[in-house]
Amino acid sequence: MKKYSGLSLVTGALRHNRNWQPAWRKPDPKREYDAIIVGGGGHGLATAYYLAKEHGVRNVAVLEKGWIGGGNTGRNTTIVRSNYLWTEASLLYEKSLKLWENLSQELNYNVMFSQRGVYNLGHTLQDMRDIERRVGANRLNGIDAEVVNAEQVKQAIPLINTSPDARYPILGASLQRRGGVARHDAVAWGFARAADALGVDIIEQCEVTAVNRDGGQVTGVETTRGRIASKKIGVVVAGNASVLASMADLRLPIESHPLQAFVSEPLKPVLDTVVMSGAVHGYISQSDKGELVIGAGIDAYLGYGQRGSFQTIEHTMEAIIQLFPMFSRVRMLRSWGGIVDVCPDACPIISKTPVQGLYFNCGWGTGGFKATPGSGWVFAHTIAQDRPHELNAPFDLNRFTTGALIDEHGAAAVAH
Amino acid sequence: MFLIQCPWCGNRAETEYRYGGEAGISRPKDPDALSDAEWSDYLFYRSNPRGAHKELWNHAQGCRRWFEVERDTVSYKIARSYKLADRNSESGS
Repeated sequence: MKKYSGLSLVTGALRHNRNWQPAWRKPDPKREYDAIIVGGGGHGLATAYYLAKEHGVRNVAVLEKGWIGGGNTGRNTTIVRSNYLWTEASLLYEKSLKLWENLSQELNYNVMFSQRGVYNLGHTLQDMRDIERRVGANRLNGIDAEVVNAEQVKQAIPLINTSPDARYPILGASLQRRGGVARHDAVAWGFARAADALGVDIIEQCEVTAVNRDGGQVTGVETTRGRIASKKIGVVVAGNASVLASMADLRLPIESHPLQAFVSEPLKPVLDTVVMSGAVHGYISQSDKGELVIGAGIDAYLGYGQRGSFQTIEHTMEAIIQLFPMFSRVRMLRSWGGIVDVCPDACPIISKTPVQGLYFNCGWGTGGFKATPGSGWVFAHTIAQDRPHELNAPFDLNRFTTGALIDEHGAAAVAH
Repeated sequence: MFLIQCPWCGNRAETEYRYGGEAGISRPKDPDALSDAEWSDYLFYRSNPRGAHKELWNHAQGCRRWFEVERDTVSYKIARSYKLADRNSESGS
């Protein structure tokens, strides 16, 4: 891998930019790997990278049915934060946030991680009580968090309507200053390039059609590009988790829903932080290009179609306009949907399965992007050591039987 | 947004309805007799298919009655909807 640097930019420019190499190879699949990762999104690529980097497992393939980062990695609203209520969840997301803070240097790829702060608004007395509780819990876990009042919100975000007569009056917010946004494509490309440099084969246009087993042990996969053998298979396929699970005769406590987002035309800089409101089902930030990036809640019905219903967009837009009356005349350019794998307790499953050598990382639902590096880091550990890291041990598939759920619905709300 | 046919009221916009989840899951008659795994399966595990799916909808802003819909989860196309009483017959539209 040729290292990117200021010097390489300058020399590249002087040579009319003819020196740039593809960021990753396009290898044909080998017959056998030490580990196979199914799913070439951010989480899968991060898993492969940390397998190679932290655990020395370099004979790894990442199988992607489309192109890398073309699923939920390229379809989210790029918010990164770790202010979850329960200790299990907040430690996992905080691990991820710590990795984010050094990720551009680590990968030698600018993921444009911008710690511009994340505000979670409170609109009712109960919202504010929940915020106080969550901020208190965060601080006990060593995570930066503060409670701010309506005046402080207005000072930081002059555009926001904090009038007491507003349809959604703002009583205050929680603020995580270390939260922010990152460039989603760069995350996939950066992990792909760094993993490729360590020897990982990234194989696109390769759909898994069956999971081969011998007794209770996985032996490989059938794909649209032939049979590939491996004794360890990690599945990280978000909305299609149930489909892959059924190939191994497993069931998951997951339902797949459409989740929509949309962007406006580019504006001059008007919003330099991230604003989320669980109560009104909306979250908004401004991209470096100037577009307002807005996310909605999930559509209630099951859906694998990567699109949702228009009234969900309308509902979110209504709320955003109530919060930011100035945006009422901004035109929206594009909307799209992803397929999110929603767990009953709004927390992921990062777990071994009853099939030896088969591991699942799924159930991130509406909030997986923020966890990309941390998810890959703990999943790589789980696959390499054949046992979970202490950070993801509570996220075992068994918790739905034992009852040890990690109920983040209250803290994460819809804006997850 | 799609049109859903209520067996009583006919075609109405999706916004009039509430989604009620996978159809055909009934509460076990004797929960105490179940193992933890069986109870967990009833509470949390769903078939979540990519393709044909039988699901419950409630005409919340209409007749407020529950019925079943057979819908494709990829194309979102509705094959048929029918009253709960007719769920075992091929009738309905």
